Amino acid sequence: MAFSEDLKERIKKIMSKYETKQSALIPVLHEVQREYGWLSLDSMKEVAELLSIPPADVQNVATFYTMFFTKPVGKHIIWLCRTLPCALRGAQQVEHYISEKLGIKPGETTPDGKITFFEAECLASCGTAPVMLVDDELYENLTRKKIDELIEKLRAD
Amino acid sequence: MPEMRIIRSYVDRANSETIESYIASGGYTALPKALRMDPLEVIEEVKKSGLRGRGGAGFPTGIKWSFIPRDSKKPVYLCCNADESEPGSFKDREIIERDPHQMLEGIIIACYAINAHKCYIYIRGEMPKGARILERAIREAYEKGFLGENILGSGFSLDVILFRGAGAYICGEETGLLESIEGKNGEPRPKPPFPAQVGLFGCPTIINNVETLACVPHIINRGADWFASIGTPKNTGTKIYGLSGCVNRPGLYELPLGIPLRELIYEYGEGTRFGRAIKAVSPGGSSSAVLTADELDIPMDFDSLAKAGSMLGTAGVTVIDESTCMVRVAQNLAHFYRDESCGQCVQCREGTWWLEKMLTRIEEGRGRMEYLDTILDACSQMKGTTICALADGCAMPVESIVRKFRHEFEEHIRLKRCPFESRYMGVWEED
Ligand SMILES: Cc1cc2nc3c(=O)[nH]c(=O)nc-3n(C[C@H](O)[C@H](O)[C@H](O)COP(=O)(O)O)c2cc1C
Ligand code: SF4
Ligand code: FES
Repeated sequence: MAFSEDLKERIKKIMSKYETKQSALIPVLHEVQREYGWLSLDSMKEVAELLSIPPADVQNVATFYTMFFTKPVGKHIIWLCRTLPCALRGAQQVEHYISEKLGIKPGETTPDGKITFFEAECLASCGTAPVMLVDDELYENLTRKKIDELIEKLRAD
Repeated sequence: MPEMRIIRSYVDRANSETIESYIASGGYTALPKALRMDPLEVIEEVKKSGLRGRGGAGFPTGIKWSFIPRDSKKPVYLCCNADESEPGSFKDREIIERDPHQMLEGIIIACYAINAHKCYIYIRGEMPKGARILERAIREAYEKGFLGENILGSGFSLDVILFRGAGAYICGEETGLLESIEGKNGEPRPKPPFPAQVGLFGCPTIINNVETLACVPHIINRGADWFASIGTPKNTGTKIYGLSGCVNRPGLYELPLGIPLRELIYEYGEGTRFGRAIKAVSPGGSSSAVLTADELDIPMDFDSLAKAGSMLGTAGVTVIDESTCMVRVAQNLAHFYRDESCGQCVQCREGTWWLEKMLTRIEEGRGRMEYLDTILDACSQMKGTTICALADGCAMPVESIVRKFRHEFEEHIRLKRCPFESRYMGVWEED
């Protein structure tokens, strides 16, 4: 699998904004992950080539940051906050509820490949706890009803 | 009592994030004023205002700016720290999402003062909405001539680039942030050299928090004396306090620095949920030492909290009520720091891992009395010995919890189980 011309164009445009090629790495990895959903070994090699940096450096960075996936993940990602302020307002209960509903534990993907469920650390929304980030949207003051509706929507997509 | 809103003045207004709304409410009037001043005068004004950094350390902003060499042959950078990841802190996100131009105006003025022509805004990866809003705000500012070449005919030029992180608390540490922008793991650098000398790409760099920068246009517009008249003599201005945990009205409250903690919790937060007694309060984000119910009269400012052995940090106040197991609280926090340690320093990498393990054992009824002193020993070894303050951020709350609530730990060990009924740490409103 090689990057499409279109993706390569976008990568070049990103690179033009930065002082060094390496400093475009994180924005470029975001772009590639948006395209494929995750970062395969081949993708990382191709990024290394385009940025003229060692492939090991790309892998090293991709594994350091929790939002980069070096293994395939579900079509949708649920990040449920587990940290103290959310835990004081029921995050552990929410985790059990979602786990039971999806039949998976945090870190796992549903068998149909639709949803990956992760624990997250504080999402900077402690005033409306418990919260979770689902793909690009934040869901606050979680209730069973909100979770039910959302998961139904994700499953149908 | 109403809040004293300066930075939060317009956050409740519809479309407050647009440039039209910002301009209609008097925005971008400090910028032309600043551009008519000498850059050194701008720094002087910020110094005189007494503004101290809102990112956690409370370092005086004007003094920090004056560390930038005036004759630098290398380019100078400003990095706006929008990584907000400290548990209990959620103030920067509101500024980013509801009033991004206020921070942009602060950024432009700061860059003018330190002679920077490029600014990176480092926003955490978990804020996609904030990134969308900032991306648009930056575009709007270019279109109106507040960014780009020759801003408002002043001859001063500035580019702003939005840089999205990808999930790592440590990138909020100022040199971890620089490493991340350089395309590397967010591993903090040993200091010295300080970023004002050797920062981004080896060039002089200032790193400032979102809220710090949002204060700047107000200082320029209304004057340093006005700003300094708010709060206490050494803790000037308002502060956006975040209230979370077991209170009736969690949320953000902008009030003068120095407001008593009790007032914040009972007057603004309307007290505790279910009228329960307070057991502990984390006053400045999770990295601060916890306070007990006897310490609620402490004024919420940098110096008073430091004197009490804690810190104002990001002023994210988390209230913990009597129904909460403090061993679980300590364990939850140790888990966070273990998860987020970058692993460069042994004391931090091993210390956070080990603390979580010990605390988990105690919580599960497998602890021993000698663990308690070993935990305190480990905490003291983690303080002041590492490259960055993350290790201290773990040691301070854990140590204070073990010291102030030792009886709870002992009870767990004696009973060989957690004495608290619920299998959960807190209450879900749903149940
Ligand atoms: C582990 C760690 C995480 C930090 N995270 C943040 C953060 O998310 N946002 C922030 O503004 N400062 C954070 N800081 C503080 C920064 O290092 C730095 O002091 C601050 O951005 C300076 O800005 P100020 O002077 O305007 O406060 C963190 C510090 C440490 C040690
Ligand atoms: S103290 Fe911890 S987070 Fe900070 S540099 Fe050392 S290992 Fe990394
Ligand atoms: S602890 Fe969950 S958003 Fe802060």
